Amino acid sequence: MAAAFRDVAAQKDFVVTAEVGPPKGTDVSTLVHHIELLKDKVDGLNVTDNQSSVMRISSLAVCRLILDHGGEPILQLTCRDRNRLALQSELLSASVLGVQNVLCLTGDYVSVGDHPQAKPVFDLDSVQLLQTVGLLNQGKDLADNAMQGATDFFAGAVVTPEADPIEPQLMKFDKKVAAGARFFQTQAIYDLESFKRFMDHARKHDVKVMAGIVLLVSAGMARYMNKNVPGIFVPDPLIQELAAAPKGKAIEVGIRIAGRMIRQLREEKVCDGVHVMAIGKEDRVPEILAEGGI
Amino acid sequence: MIVAERKPLDEIEAMLEGFQRVLVVGCGTCVAVCMAGGEKEVELLAAELRMKAKLRGQPRVVDEITVTRQCDKEYLEQLAKYVDQYDVVLSAGCGAGVQFLAERYDAALVLPALNTRFIGVAEGPGQWSQRCMACSDCILDQTGGICPMTICPKNVLNGPCGGTNHGKCEVDGEKDCAWTLIFRKLEKLGRLDYLRKIQPPKDYSRMTKPGRFTHAAFEQADDQEGVS
Repeated sequence: MAAAFRDVAAQKDFVVTAEVGPPKGTDVSTLVHHIELLKDKVDGLNVTDNQSSVMRISSLAVCRLILDHGGEPILQLTCRDRNRLALQSELLSASVLGVQNVLCLTGDYVSVGDHPQAKPVFDLDSVQLLQTVGLLNQGKDLADNAMQGATDFFAGAVVTPEADPIEPQLMKFDKKVAAGARFFQTQAIYDLESFKRFMDHARKHDVKVMAGIVLLVSAGMARYMNKNVPGIFVPDPLIQELAAAPKGKAIEVGIRIAGRMIRQLREEKVCDGVHVMAIGKEDRVPEILAEGGI
Repeated sequence: MIVAERKPLDEIEAMLEGFQRVLVVGCGTCVAVCMAGGEKEVELLAAELRMKAKLRGQPRVVDEITVTRQCDKEYLEQLAKYVDQYDVVLSAGCGAGVQFLAERYDAALVLPALNTRFIGVAEGPGQWSQRCMACSDCILDQTGGICPMTICPKNVLNGPCGGTNHGKCEVDGEKDCAWTLIFRKLEKLGRLDYLRKIQPPKDYSRMTKPGRFTHAAFEQADDQEGVS
């Protein structure tokens, strides 16, 4: 059985988490392969919650699968699909199934996904969800009712260090800390100097910050993200590096770029760890970690 | 005001299939201002419906009348002498108007000619945009007069989500991010401290449908009516 992420985060100078995405459908063979491949190489495995508003197996079910395979799951919970009753119920259920880490997010809007006609919920926002986790940890629910048995979650949140404008993002970051976030996994970062400026702010708080590392598989992907993904900025030299790769080899360059960033973050003690998102290329995560010297 | 748009003519025609005598009822308030169901629009709609029937060689009588407001009983009374002369009443009021008309004339079949869109403002000629969700618990005092419940698609109350993109919204890149607008406004007003307070979850019980409200001055009268 893996060590509790909370303990590892407290003890290690540099923690590593990765992400797995539940499939659409009941065939979990690829997912289980990824869990087996990654569980002993990382300190925690995030499980996305209907990622990009696409309907899939629930984060909770996959978290339990990770526990069954001896890994340490981090439940991602968004406010898009559940009202406050369902969110709290999901948290209690996660707790009794052995899940101890939760990452609280607002969630993408339904229009980006595969059921754009769905009714979006957003009864709570990410800050209020963090507060709710805090209450459940104290044995109370959001309506101040006492519960039989409290949860004991290690709660985290996300932040976008490259957001523009940055000030409202930092104010929200501060609120998330006040609401009980103990660790942060950031949106993908590619510009170390810019990230260091964000860390100057983050270091005012006693929280663990893990830099988001998204694997670049091609120059086209980098340009696409710059154009379409909010809060992601891939600098030109990196795009040129990817573009210069021989045909079919850009992903190898992407792995080196990711590894290099991890190494720099660790050696310069910029932050407390990394969160690796390989989006569909989970089988390459061990190579990224090896490049990063982990 | 209430902003509405007229349904496509084909949809209205489909509703009217089999009816010969049609009374189109306009509304002279909100939907007249947004050019969907006022006197002019109702005149045009009635003419279109007559023309369509004529082209198909169908017998059809279409008359039109516009009342000041379909959401007020006293204005609906003036329809009393006409309604029973028609097979169907086509209301060009908002959803509230259609229902109030149908309630007052419960023997008549009342159909909607409009799709009601939102509570909004006139941004420019022929352009309206939503401003209020009627959440029954206004927080505009804390957000620089910009409503996160309405302008933010996710109605987040504690600052921008991760989808904010150079001041624009992830849901529609043409639209401004509500929280960037709120931040800029409060910055300008020197009130950024408003944003540091964590907003509690919204009390949605106040929005339980159907909403009902009695002015304080009329509460007692209403109670007595209830008793009698």
